[in-house]
Amino acid sequence: MIKVENLTRKYGAFTAVDDISFVCRPGRVTGFLGPNGAGKTTTMRVMVGLTPATHGQTTIGGHKYHDIPNPGRHVGVLLDASAQHAGRTGREVLTIGAKTMGLPMSRVDEMLELVSLSGAEGKRRVRNYSLGMRQRLGIAHALLGDPSVLILDEPANGLDPAGIRWMRGLLKGYADRGGTVLLSSHLLNEVEQIADDIIMIGRGKIVAEGTPAELLQSTGTFFKAVEVEQLLDALVASGLHPAPVGDGYRVDAEALQVGKIAAANSVTLIELRPADGGLEDMFLELTADTQREDFGQVAPA
Amino acid sequence: MSAVLTKGGHELPALDTSHTKHPPFLRLVSVELRKMMDTRAGLWLVISMAALTAIVMTIQLIVGLTQDINIKYADFIAGTTYSIGLLLPILGILSLTSEWGQRTAMVTFTLEPHRWRIIAAKLACVVAIAIASVAVALVLGTVANALFGAFGGTADWDFGVERLAGFAILQVLGVLTGFALAALLLNTPGAIVVYFVYSFVLPTLFAIGAELVGWINDIQPWVDFGDAQLPLGEWEWAKNDAAQLVVTSLIWLVLPLAIGLWRVLRAEVK
Amino acid sequence: MSAVLTKDEFQEPMTLDVSQTRNPPFLRLVGVELRKSYDTRSGFWLLMSMGILAVITLAIMTIVGVVNDNVEFAYEDFVAAIAFVTSVLLPVLGILLVTSEWSQRTGMTTFALSPHRLRVIMAKMVAGLAWTFVIIAFALVVGAVVNLLYGAMEGEMAWRFGWEGLTGFVITQSLAMLGGFALATLLLNSPAAIVAFFAYKWILPTLFAIGAALIGWFEDLLPWIDFQTAQGPLYEMTNMDGEDFAHLLVSGAFWLGLPLAIGIWRVLRAEVK
Repeated sequence: MIKVENLTRKYGAFTAVDDISFVCRPGRVTGFLGPNGAGKTTTMRVMVGLTPATHGQTTIGGHKYHDIPNPGRHVGVLLDASAQHAGRTGREVLTIGAKTMGLPMSRVDEMLELVSLSGAEGKRRVRNYSLGMRQRLGIAHALLGDPSVLILDEPANGLDPAGIRWMRGLLKGYADRGGTVLLSSHLLNEVEQIADDIIMIGRGKIVAEGTPAELLQSTGTFFKAVEVEQLLDALVASGLHPAPVGDGYRVDAEALQVGKIAAANSVTLIELRPADGGLEDMFLELTADTQREDFGQVAPA
Repeated sequence: MSAVLTKGGHELPALDTSHTKHPPFLRLVSVELRKMMDTRAGLWLVISMAALTAIVMTIQLIVGLTQDINIKYADFIAGTTYSIGLLLPILGILSLTSEWGQRTAMVTFTLEPHRWRIIAAKLACVVAIAIASVAVALVLGTVANALFGAFGGTADWDFGVERLAGFAILQVLGVLTGFALAALLLNTPGAIVVYFVYSFVLPTLFAIGAELVGWINDIQPWVDFGDAQLPLGEWEWAKNDAAQLVVTSLIWLVLPLAIGLWRVLRAEVK
Repeated sequence: MSAVLTKDEFQEPMTLDVSQTRNPPFLRLVGVELRKSYDTRSGFWLLMSMGILAVITLAIMTIVGVVNDNVEFAYEDFVAAIAFVTSVLLPVLGILLVTSEWSQRTGMTTFALSPHRLRVIMAKMVAGLAWTFVIIAFALVVGAVVNLLYGAMEGEMAWRFGWEGLTGFVITQSLAMLGGFALATLLLNSPAAIVAFFAYKWILPTLFAIGAALIGWFEDLLPWIDFQTAQGPLYEMTNMDGEDFAHLLVSGAFWLGLPLAIGIWRVLRAEVK
């Protein structure tokens, strides 16, 4: 539904987005994962025409965003929940959006209810909103026109754990009904839990993409066993190369294969699961390579 | 080409946009009108305009009655230079710059990516407000003049269609000038300062320059926008007056508006 | 009492040892406020435009003076021209010093680092006065350079300058800056403060003049309430008598002291969002 083709955006000598291509499919939540300053927001801004592309293009459902009539009815956008007039009430912000899109005013109440902003909260000025409330208002604004595509930049930012779970359910349900969701995040766990597809970006380039299972698969299987020496021998005999990790071992094989070998050798497995770390290691590496690596090395003043 | 793009090989479904139309222009205008009134700043600006108008007229009324000075309907209307005339351009400025100052332009331009339609709607709005202000001024002026007559003054109702037209054009020019400067600078304090400098400081400089130097005296009518608007007030046009109004409008209104719009339409919205 | 507080192993320090830190010295706050006044694009361009406008004005004056034989400028004319330009923009600087903390919401950071808000306000005021003095010095220096050029072209130097007027010059420019500053603390909103300032500086005098021309008693009252006119005699300080000073004090208390007092009271008590 969303198609990015060879997109590049430069700011002078700095390349914020460097020749990236990917698609987001309907019925799926696509997680756009990357450390701060990787180019996620720039990509999303280009998608909705706020930032011109230097090269390449993005289309939504085969159209350029600019060519979609009344785009709020097709594409829900949340780029920055703080970009609202601080002097307007939450209800007024939604009313303006609803009026622009030509929606009935009942839609405003529905959306306020959907994001659990009470009547009294809706009448407060955005200036007095917490970050989480602004985020809920932003999500309500994005959903206002009942769009079939959602583009959300860091939607979980500022939400409490209950709010994050609520949003996860909301977006899953939305995708299950056939909607297309692209959401960005700099938190691996968050994306892993919600996304059907992950696109990982670092320094303006795509570094990995696939389903969470696919991305985790390449990291192999982690296991612990009581008769561990026996199992290691059996694995090596099967042509595998187990290696110690933490208090267990990791091997480049599926859990099924390891389990079968263990059963055949009457080994008592006490832990057998996909090894974590692969995606996370890659992500941390990415994060560490950016200029922000000086974290934690600041001497006390 | 990325793995996901090629995976499966089937085409992405297209978005069916046949059942949605662009928001009608009048709807955009009404939304923009609402946005000007629904913030404290916008509301107070409108209230101050009305309040200042009433205050200035009351003072005129009291001074006229106590000092036995004859005040005409046209004088009451002219007095709005210090209320409506002063604040309308500010309204024109804020209608545009507040989108940048509060960053709502991001939302506005994602809901209607054809930016020129938003700008045109804003422009229509500020012109509508200028016309409405003229109507309010006429009504308040009528009340003041009637009171003046009732309290023993001689009410002079002489106004006429031509002066009305001149008064309306003055207000529209004022609000458009503010709008043009705002489009050029996209910054509230900057636009307000430039507007005041241009309307209060520049005339002084022109006057001094014209007194000292012959050729400044010659070109001044062709560059001094404030001066060129004077015939509108009394609707008395000398030779070249109309041409001077057109030329100064080009310099002070059309040029900044054109550059400003070109900038707004192309700018990256942050 | 929470679990953490009652646990035995946390019996240790329950008080914050503040003996090692002092309040930031006032001059440091002034330095920070000075920096904040030019490190943003709007602040930088405000200062730049003062300089650029001053130079343009002087360039035009020089050309006019050289071309026209019947016009002759002296040092004091060049300085006065710069003073006119800067007196328009200095108050805007005073306004933005205060209001930008509110519009950009940096007030939260500023007042978290120095909770004694009065010190911050005073530091801002001193920073504004510092800029005023810098700009006056700029006017004197640039005026001198231009006068040299002008004199060289005319073949004759006129260094005439009413030095007794310099004190008046410094005071009026400072009052102009403080006028903007006071309105800013009162309104805490850039557009409103700028509009109010221009109305007060450029429109009110006109209205006062009209009123005085029409009404007898108003003409008598005017010197006591018209702050702009009351500043007039400052340029010839030596001739100022007691009544002139009284006019200045009374009108100044009304137009500067009162808004500043209410404004500062408001800043000190306001919830910072």
